[in-house]
Amino acid sequence: MSTATAPISAPSPDGATPDVIMSAEGISKRFGAVVALSDIDMHLNRGEVLGLVGDNGAGKSTLVKILCGFHRPDTGRIFVEGREVSFHSVQDARAYGIETVYQDLALVPQLTVYENLFLNRELTSLGKIGMLSRRRMRRLARHYLNDIRVNVPDLDAEVELLSGGQRQAIAVARATRLNAKILLLDEPLAAMGAKESALIMELVRDLSARGVSMIVIDHNYAHLFALCDRLNVIQQGRVTVDTKVAETSIEELTEMMVSAFRRQLEAGQEALGEISV
Amino acid sequence: MAQAAVTTGDRSPELPALPLEAGQGVTPLSVLKAAIQRREATVIVVTIGAILYFAVRAPAFHSVANIIVICQYIAPIMVIGAGEVLMLVLAEIDLSAGQVYLTAPWFAYWFWTGGVPFGFAVIIALALSVAIGLINGLFTVRLGVPSLIVTLGTLYTFFGFVLVKSSYTQEEYPGRGVAGSGAPDGWTKYFGVGSWSTILWGLGITLLIWFLLKRTRFGVHTTAAGGNLLGAAEAGVPVKRIKVWCFMIIAVAAGFMGILDSVRIGSINPGNSGLDIVLTPIVAAVIGGTALTGGRATVLGTIIGAIFLGILEDGLNIIGVQASWFFFFEGVIILIAMAANVQLGRLAVRFRR
Repeated sequence: MSTATAPISAPSPDGATPDVIMSAEGISKRFGAVVALSDIDMHLNRGEVLGLVGDNGAGKSTLVKILCGFHRPDTGRIFVEGREVSFHSVQDARAYGIETVYQDLALVPQLTVYENLFLNRELTSLGKIGMLSRRRMRRLARHYLNDIRVNVPDLDAEVELLSGGQRQAIAVARATRLNAKILLLDEPLAAMGAKESALIMELVRDLSARGVSMIVIDHNYAHLFALCDRLNVIQQGRVTVDTKVAETSIEELTEMMVSAFRRQLEAGQEALGEISV
Repeated sequence: MAQAAVTTGDRSPELPALPLEAGQGVTPLSVLKAAIQRREATVIVVTIGAILYFAVRAPAFHSVANIIVICQYIAPIMVIGAGEVLMLVLAEIDLSAGQVYLTAPWFAYWFWTGGVPFGFAVIIALALSVAIGLINGLFTVRLGVPSLIVTLGTLYTFFGFVLVKSSYTQEEYPGRGVAGSGAPDGWTKYFGVGSWSTILWGLGITLLIWFLLKRTRFGVHTTAAGGNLLGAAEAGVPVKRIKVWCFMIIAVAAGFMGILDSVRIGSINPGNSGLDIVLTPIVAAVIGGTALTGGRATVLGTIIGAIFLGILEDGLNIIGVQASWFFFFEGVIILIAMAANVQLGRLAVRFRR
């Protein structure tokens, strides 16, 4: 892992250079013939909540999975706190305080609440043998859930038996419990009821207030405008718009997305036209 | 679904009471509920029924000599069954384990007749068993071949290998008075020949696998990899490495029991097929309450499943039923036990809500 200086991010309108906690430059990723990301540049400022918007398949989830070490990019460089990093696994990224709440939550239905909370970070004794310290895990699990004000009735319940909101809360609690510095949230409000959404949003705001920097993917603009400081629009594997939430509106963003979609359609029709000639 | 979603109230710092601990008190209904929630429930009831039936029908059934016979039959089924529990919890299966059980004694035999002291020959044979498990594991996780097919491949490979290499001849095995191998009352007493030797080894290895699965980090990771493969990988669990380890564990356990049984019996026969041997342990695991879909497993159920099959095989024999009826009853029992497990499983889920 070599050290290098972080790319200078664009100065913000008021002239001050924001403190960049994480950035990526020139990230590309293909899966076979499918180009998921092509030469993407992005950055996350310290303490901000950055929203990622884009159509399905635009590459948002792939970007998050690269930033958290699950996928390796084909090209490009990632910087954390100004130092270039190279993640070979999720564990590598964790060492830098990067935690993720995946779209599918990455919970195991047959394991209990506390086993899921401690998945892959189990408290153990007897060294190499790795005997589980269930009592300690239960106690700490209760503590963590209280800490982020989530109440799950039974820590010994299998996650399979919990509601969508409870599962989501457990996934968030797992990601934040080790003092995450950077939290990546892939559609944290998907398939949530209104009440559950409100509670998860409260949780996210609470974490943001504690200084956690976050990247949030969501399809719902109302959620994003309520949560985020800044928005990046990703289309066809590229960041096409980078705007502060305070400087735009839902209408303007929708218009930008639609016009881009229209351009795509027209380009597609031209291409079809050429073929039919 | 379960009650109350995420709520912000009631932040009591105490641990929640376990379902049956304190609070509700023990009522007949709570005992019934707890029994139904145990995945092993069906097989326990059926096994007790079978024991009572045979004990009443034939006094010889509960003689010490007969219990020893049953234990010797059960030991390898229990161990290979516990190994299959590791496989099934991963939503994989190992059909080659029975063949490893038959092949490892030949490995040890060839090295022994080649001049290697028997103890070392056994260690080499176990290392080669691990290697077969490694092959199974790597083909499954690296090349993406379904484990059912991979292990069918290694099953036939080593069945053929043993047939050819042994020149189709049965051989006497060290342990029961073969020259230079120690008298029956020597080390072999603790290594297969003593009446209770195989069942004690078997119980030891099975409990070790139980401990591994239920009490260690490795076990949680195994369950996670079987319950949600992608999710476990996203959480950073090294799912491929876990799978390969499990293939190696079942192989070495099966190989060890094979050598133990060969010492007990005193001869090895190249004509035995590993497929016949591996299916009974899989049945033991499945009627014990382990799901084929991954994520749910019970080693204790498998032990009881093996005991049940041992009792059925021996009991039918003792009351004078023709031996072949065993297969008929084994088949019927699989159908009944599985149907009961599925129905009880539904009932258990309803009780838990």
